[in-house]
Amino acid sequence: MTGVPETDTVVGVLKQGERTKQRVPNERTILEAVRLALARVLEEDENVLLFGEDVGVNGGVFRVTEGLQKRFGERRVFDTPLAESMLIGTAVGMAAMGLRPVVEIQFMGFCPPALDQVLCHAARLRNRTEGVLSCPLVIRMPYGGGIHAPEHHSESTEALFAHLPGIRVVVPSSPKRAYGLLLAAVRDPDPVVFLEPKREYRSFFETVEDDGIALPLDTSFVLREGDALTLVSWGAMMRETLEAARVLETSEGRSADVVDVATLGPTFDFGTILRSVEKTGRCVIVHEATLTGGFGAEIAARLADEGLTSLQAPVKRVTAYDTVMPLPRMEHLQMPTAERVLNAARHVLSF
Amino acid sequence: MSGTRIGKVTFDLHLHRFLDERGAVVKKPLPPFAEDPSELLSMYRWMVLARVFDAKAVNLQKTGQLGTYPSVLGQEAVSVAIGSVMRSDDVFLLQYREGGALFMRGVPLQALFLFWGGDERGSAEIARHGNFPVCIPIATHALHAAGAAFAFKYRGESRIAVCALGDGATSEGDFYEALNWASVFLAPVVFVISNNQWAISVPRQKQTAAPTLAQKAVAFGMPCVRVDGNDIIAVRHILGEACAAARAGKGPVLVEAETYRLGDHTTADAGSAGRYRSVEEVSAATEREPIARLRAFLTSRGMLRGEDDAEICASIEAGVEAEKDAYLRIVKDAPRQCAAMFDHLYASLPPSVARQKAEFIREKGDAP
Ligand SMILES: Cc1ncc(C[n+]2csc(CCOP(=O)(O)OP(=O)(O)O)c2C)c(N)n1
Ligand SMILES: [Mg+2]
Repeated sequence: MTGVPETDTVVGVLKQGERTKQRVPNERTILEAVRLALARVLEEDENVLLFGEDVGVNGGVFRVTEGLQKRFGERRVFDTPLAESMLIGTAVGMAAMGLRPVVEIQFMGFCPPALDQVLCHAARLRNRTEGVLSCPLVIRMPYGGGIHAPEHHSESTEALFAHLPGIRVVVPSSPKRAYGLLLAAVRDPDPVVFLEPKREYRSFFETVEDDGIALPLDTSFVLREGDALTLVSWGAMMRETLEAARVLETSEGRSADVVDVATLGPTFDFGTILRSVEKTGRCVIVHEATLTGGFGAEIAARLADEGLTSLQAPVKRVTAYDTVMPLPRMEHLQMPTAERVLNAARHVLSF
Repeated sequence: MSGTRIGKVTFDLHLHRFLDERGAVVKKPLPPFAEDPSELLSMYRWMVLARVFDAKAVNLQKTGQLGTYPSVLGQEAVSVAIGSVMRSDDVFLLQYREGGALFMRGVPLQALFLFWGGDERGSAEIARHGNFPVCIPIATHALHAAGAAFAFKYRGESRIAVCALGDGATSEGDFYEALNWASVFLAPVVFVISNNQWAISVPRQKQTAAPTLAQKAVAFGMPCVRVDGNDIIAVRHILGEACAAARAGKGPVLVEAETYRLGDHTTADAGSAGRYRSVEEVSAATEREPIARLRAFLTSRGMLRGEDDAEICASIEAGVEAEKDAYLRIVKDAPRQCAAMFDHLYASLPPSVARQKAEFIREKGDAP
């Protein structure tokens, strides 16, 4: 499948405290785009249910689901007791019986109690029953650092899920992709872990039409085109990656293909990355997760396997270090910066 | 099987209290410690200290000098009661609203500021005083408590574990598994539920269909008690008995302390009153808060005069202010070395991580 080319459509940036900045009606942040997609799927399919901790009355701790319980009623949008294994386990049962649960885990750092249900059941139900039962469920979780949150609120452990055959990990990086990919995730017949880049929830907006048109899963998006190297990332780190690409182009005249992988896991679109690297010969992979066993390792391994003859430099990874996410005072030191991406890019360009 | 009826099982778990909401004695005799002015005044001071710390922490967060902070306003009695009954070699496992107990266990106020200010050295200091670190993944520490208590029993020590958790925490699987383990192995652990009626925006009634949280212990064959968590005399008395039972080898106890979260869930939840709970509910609960209740009792007994109270509050205020300044000085003058984020991952720094640390220092330096 070809990567969908897309220009940078960001029309505005929001600074802290500018949530109410005047925008035309269809200009939406990632947070609003997620809410819009949720409303859309609740509207179009009565089997869609939305539940989790604090998603109902409170509209979620980030207000993503604000207004949805009012609009669709407590039968379809509801608060649950506090237990993550319960949330995903019951969703597996519901999904197998024909419902379309969309479950919110309040923060990615609180998913581990439910890992058993994801790994041992959601990922495998279709396979172990040869398709008699399946698991069309979506697990939404805000992920990532950079918001000065307490311990366990800043994790980026997508590789734990991307490792699982039977699961798709979908990570949007813009309002349009948040809307289109979430529609696709809910309509998909298989389980999707949908990671929402919480640092970017309200950081910028773009025009998102509520047209009900999904974007394809298992498809990478080419956000910028160039010929000197390929920058690969996903989710919140697209910001640093695009920033590095801009600086490279304006100050050094080197243009980069920038690929947003968007779907991670066994179904990911390696083709788009490979074609780009066949053109550029150089690749830097950027992710917020720690280095060892991150999804970047999978991409690098595939490049070593299928793209070796195109490569003119080692594949570099810019990631968090192999240590625990520090408390807020030092979290910025753990998260990749545009500067580190630039340094890695310069390194492969001068190799 | 004709004649078999499936019916609702009900428990009538009495709510223990000595003082009513106005601080009047509703049950006699009072436990011996409650006749001792110095004991009561000491608990009063700790409660005031916890509250003053809390207010300062909330203010520091507002001015960007502290990270997200969970207020303990209204729940000071449970925490101070825990601090009063624990021995220094016992181990305390907490959720995150336990400033009172932590201070009583010797944790300097500046350390708790430091932790909520986002600095690991605060967490280290908490652990140095016989406590596990603040446990944010809800209820996961209940199992650690069961395990820690098992270790004490295994070695024949008379130490116990005390585990504090919220009402919401009682819905997690880990909570039930911890109770089960503790009861099966007769582990010396006391679980204390600070039932503050809310888990962020989810009210206690939506958390479980059981009429009380304490009764959950019944399924595990474990003793349980309900107590008014805003009556420091009652909660200290009950916790004292529970700890004595655990220490005497009788196994675990579950205590449900009824209290109320007067503040927002955390500073990230500003304006909760009006959004998911009514302003009226919160102001009605203010009438039942624990410090005013103890003050009324002390005053009625002639144990506390207005002037003395003012002096106590002023000296605590000054002490907390000094700790706040100490915290701000640490942040400014002695920040944590950046590369420290690699140093405690394993017992010794493995070469692969050492390489990343070196690269980090090359790129960013080690200066904080
Ligand atoms: C495993 C896990 N899930 C979700 C959260 C998010 N969260 C933080 S506090 C909280 C509510 C806890 O309620 P309760 O146990 O009653 O404690 P309280 O905050 O009222 O003191 C939730 C859902 C978490 N920290 N850990
Ligand atoms: Mg609670």
